[in-house]
Amino acid sequence: MEFQVWDFPGQIDIFDNPNFTFDMDAIFGEIGALIWVIDAQDDYLEAVARLNTTILHLQRSYPHINIEVFIHKVDGLSDDYRLDIQRDVTIRIQDELSDQGIENAPVNFHLTSIYNHSIFEAFSKVIQKLIPRLGQLEAMLTNLCRTCRFEKAYLFDVNTKIYIATDSTPADMASYEICSDYVDVIIDFTEVYGSWPRSQQWRDRLEAEPWCQPLEDQVACEWAESGMVLADARRPIMLREVDRFLALVAIMKEGSYDKMPQINMNVDVVVKGLTEFFEITKPKEAVVGAGVVGAGGGAGTSGAGPGNGATTGAGRMVTPGVVQG
Amino acid sequence: MSDLETTSAPSAAPSAGESGPPAAHTQLKKVKKQKVLLMGKSGSGKSSMRSIIFSNYLARDTRRLGATIDIDLSHVKFLGNLTLNLWDCGGQEAFMENYLSQQRAHVFSNVGVLIYVFDIESRDVERDLATYVNIISALVQYSREAKVFVLIHKMDLVQPITREDVFDQRAALVRRKTAEAVAIMHKAKPELQQQQRLPTHPRMTSPTLEPDIDLQLFATSIWDQSLYKAWASIIHDLVPNLAVIETQLASLGVAIDADEILLFERTSFLVVSKWASREGDRNPYGDRFERMSNILKSWKHTCSKYTGTPRNAEQFSDFEYKMGTTFSMFATKFTTNTYILVCMPPGEARFNSAKLNVAAARTWFKFLDGPAVPAAASIPGAGGVMSSPHMIAGTPSTYAADWRMAAPSD
Ligand SMILES: Nc1nc2c(ncn2[C@@H]2O[C@H](COP(=O)(O)OP(=O)(O)OP(=O)(O)O)[C@@H](O)[C@H]2O)c(=O)[nH]1
Ligand SMILES: Nc1nc2c(ncn2[C@@H]2O[C@H](COP(=O)(O)OP(=O)(O)O)[C@@H](O)[C@H]2O)c(=O)[nH]1
Ligand SMILES: [Mg+2]
Repeated sequence: MEFQVWDFPGQIDIFDNPNFTFDMDAIFGEIGALIWVIDAQDDYLEAVARLNTTILHLQRSYPHINIEVFIHKVDGLSDDYRLDIQRDVTIRIQDELSDQGIENAPVNFHLTSIYNHSIFEAFSKVIQKLIPRLGQLEAMLTNLCRTCRFEKAYLFDVNTKIYIATDSTPADMASYEICSDYVDVIIDFTEVYGSWPRSQQWRDRLEAEPWCQPLEDQVACEWAESGMVLADARRPIMLREVDRFLALVAIMKEGSYDKMPQINMNVDVVVKGLTEFFEITKPKEAVVGAGVVGAGGGAGTSGAGPGNGATTGAGRMVTPGVVQG
Repeated sequence: MSDLETTSAPSAAPSAGESGPPAAHTQLKKVKKQKVLLMGKSGSGKSSMRSIIFSNYLARDTRRLGATIDIDLSHVKFLGNLTLNLWDCGGQEAFMENYLSQQRAHVFSNVGVLIYVFDIESRDVERDLATYVNIISALVQYSREAKVFVLIHKMDLVQPITREDVFDQRAALVRRKTAEAVAIMHKAKPELQQQQRLPTHPRMTSPTLEPDIDLQLFATSIWDQSLYKAWASIIHDLVPNLAVIETQLASLGVAIDADEILLFERTSFLVVSKWASREGDRNPYGDRFERMSNILKSWKHTCSKYTGTPRNAEQFSDFEYKMGTTFSMFATKFTTNTYILVCMPPGEARFNSAKLNVAAARTWFKFLDGPAVPAAASIPGAGGVMSSPHMIAGTPSTYAADWRMAAPSD
């Protein structure tokens, strides 16, 4: 699966600007989601007004597009105040839409900041809505959690740390954060110790007496696998690479580290299932655009996304099409 | 250097001679105290560094630090047998003048290490250097054997492409000033000239005025791993029994067939000692040691956030990572005061036996946990035999052999 992120300049009204001739159909015809960023630390009334205009436009011509509103830079604000803002923005948009006779428009709200994992979580949720047969993926993970007694399992896009699926227990920020950071740790170790070629002598020696086996036969798993036991509650975390782009990360229940062999067998099965899932999805090469529109300069979109262009799945890497303002 | 405490205050560090053989390099010394001065202009980042390295602050937490008033003294226990008396000296001008005048003898005597921090962003370089020269003069006067570490700090604020040049220029300047300061002191007090010259440090290039002082320079920033590199070097020379640690680590590495072993102090996650096989030495990532410190330390933060336990508490006990046919590694709690990271060639049997052997080798490293363990008892046949790789390998390699026998049939 491939996603393209288009980053739009915030100062320009793309629907009403003679100097700026976008081919509307080319942009929005194929798009799956529109992310609108509102600066919560700024006066957002104008941004909300412009968002309303945009939603009305889109609802008339492209009603399939999910509209994802990121109420951004909430890091400086108190919890109560965040919720107040979210309520206020929601009401302003819903009221305007119902005045225009539009009900049930696909508008969702997310509180985000680049200073914690909320921005990744929000992007994850946006992306998940665009994944065909997401339910099937979720069912596989839910099953795995049941058989292995996992507390929580995430399927990560390794490059962006977006999770593209999780099991059916409610996702919480804390478990997402630790799993996401675990992926980071693994990436770092992989770079330092796994990204340079070893010498032939090294390999020869390892395959010689008393082992007498090619290295391939000496390992249990061809893909990366990892586990960690936390000191306090002894809740282990495990990671298994699914392919070059995806990794399964799970938080296990207390004491289950001893059952690692059985767990590994179950994980093997699920990983195989996941691989097949993405093999089937691959030939379609579905390109789903997620437009990112900043509301007014400086709302903070450019740096905010977890990497421009989330390339998910077993497909090849592509340079995402990014419209720069 | 390692005998500084003994030479300047003989009563403070009794020799371990009574419990071990007299061979100097295998002696296991008892608790060593080191006076470490942390100096530099106000706002240069001294307290920030100290808080990150020893108190588990995050880099961004340091924005909340206020200016240090006078001297903030802390005692940092490092491993079991080293105490750093860290003198974090507030850098405001009035304080600096006071250190150089009224408190001169108090501040500058018995110093083991001076860490001097320059803020690369500072506008008034001339003035900073003048202050530095005064500090060096006082140091040479009262603790002429002290080591000096100069940290050119906040390098994150310099464009990455010019960082090296900026650092080299500033380093050359600091070296020259240091040499001048030392030369002036020698002229003023000719008796200082009779001291024996310390071996030339490889980093020192100044051809004419070689400072009679052990000086090392580092480019640092709290926003990347460079901080860990500098501080690992600083503590490296202070750690007692380093030769023993290194020998033991090498023996362990050979016995378990590892490619690399890193030994970390448990709170700071500074690398205390490291060993690499011939293949491990080919690793092109020269900065990997400080990188590992940085990675593991920030992982510790993540865990503490997740578990809700204090940052200084232990956060993980066991970690393994096998990357197919490329490599395997594990990191685990080792002795009370250390963590160990072992990088292995791939292979299940090899990995499992290495884990068992590392666990078995714990007892041989018990001496890292402090003076409570009598030196002679902690290491079988301490003295002489120690340097032989067979000694430590004793039990573990038998283990390894067993595993090897079993491996092919698995
Ligand atoms: N950009 C950047 N800022 C840093 C760095 N190190 C420290 N700072 C910041 O510099 C400020 C001053 O740091 P302190 O550690 O309080 O300075 P100090 O040297 O202890 O100052 P005094 O106690 O007055 O002598 C803090 O806001 C830190 O966040 C660095 O490497 N890069
Ligand atoms: N406090 C805070 N500042 C942010 C956040 N995200 C971005 N910013 C800042 O907002 C400014 C504008 O960001 P940018 O991505 O260039 O905005 P754009 O014009 O919408 O693309 C930058 O200075 C960012 O550092 C956030 O979550 N919290
Ligand atoms: Mg301070």
